[in-house]
Amino acid sequence: MGWIGDTVDSIKSIQIRQLLTQAVSLGMIVTSALIIWKALMCITGSESPVVVVLSGSMEPGFKRGDILFLHMNKEPIRAGEIVVFNVDGREIPIVHRVIKVHERQDGEVDILTKGDNNYGDDRLLYAQGQLWLQRHHIMGRAVGFLPYVGWVTIIMTEKPIIKYILIGALGLLVITSKD
Amino acid sequence: MHSFGYRANALLTFAITLLALMCAMASLSDNLNSPSPSAHVQVLNINWFQKQPNGNDEVSMTMNISADLQSLFTWNTKQVFVFLAAEYETPKNSLNQISLWDGIIPSKEHAKFWIHTSNKYRFIDQGRNLRGKEFNLTMHWHVMPKTGKMSADKIVMPGYRLPEEYR
Repeated sequence: MGWIGDTVDSIKSIQIRQLLTQAVSLGMIVTSALIIWKALMCITGSESPVVVVLSGSMEPGFKRGDILFLHMNKEPIRAGEIVVFNVDGREIPIVHRVIKVHERQDGEVDILTKGDNNYGDDRLLYAQGQLWLQRHHIMGRAVGFLPYVGWVTIIMTEKPIIKYILIGALGLLVITSKD
Repeated sequence: MHSFGYRANALLTFAITLLALMCAMASLSDNLNSPSPSAHVQVLNINWFQKQPNGNDEVSMTMNISADLQSLFTWNTKQVFVFLAAEYETPKNSLNQISLWDGIIPSKEHAKFWIHTSNKYRFIDQGRNLRGKEFNLTMHWHVMPKTGKMSADKIVMPGYRLPEEYR
């Protein structure tokens, strides 16, 4: 394992100038990730441009661990669209399909959703006594799909130890890398 | 310079870039497909038609639905979600869309179908506007890809009318 020996040697040989360079490059990585995320928020108009599917209620279309790209604009919501919505008193947003729409003349809208894999509609998931979703519940509509990628975040949230190991390893890599 | 870490990093980066590129190309290739689906719906019977105790009209009907959606399928298509919606306008609402039936088509072989069914979801108006109401039946489909961009389209079939009296 010469690699580990090299790593230890390179940590020993760190000088202040090199340390600063590493800190700056680490900062660059973090800030550019933040810039990309915020830019995506601006472009898509949704406060979370990417969501991970957590339940099997939209199977076989979306499985647990797939990721969805969201988009939000002024366009009216129509039946058949897959929307991400927040219900009052529930922390985790839900991704389901719109099956009924009643839109009033002034643009106010009543929406009913259902998971493709669920037997009944979502009224049981809504807040007590709530029959319809309104516009302000909707966070965005799904426009794109990428399979499996979301498993990374699911594993990291459920097994935090893996997250720390990964961050530690990456950090070590950044500190010890010589350009 | 050529440590294990560097090589692993380069390999991983290259693999992910390649995979992302392939996904993007698969999604873009969907644009080359210009589908020509067809649909036909026949309302066979109004099973019942009444006012609910809370004042909303509800109707139950039996339909024959036939469609040929085979041309929607490409190599990047995982499934097609298809549904039939009643669409109409009322004095209060500028648009009402009520899904009456839906289904998941898993493959091209199942995309040409014929089904005899009554409405799977309840056809309830927000009010008492359904007597003699003219409505469109619209066949919507939502193409769900293996990866990439989702797409949707519809066929509007106008000229359906509900009876003048409750039954």
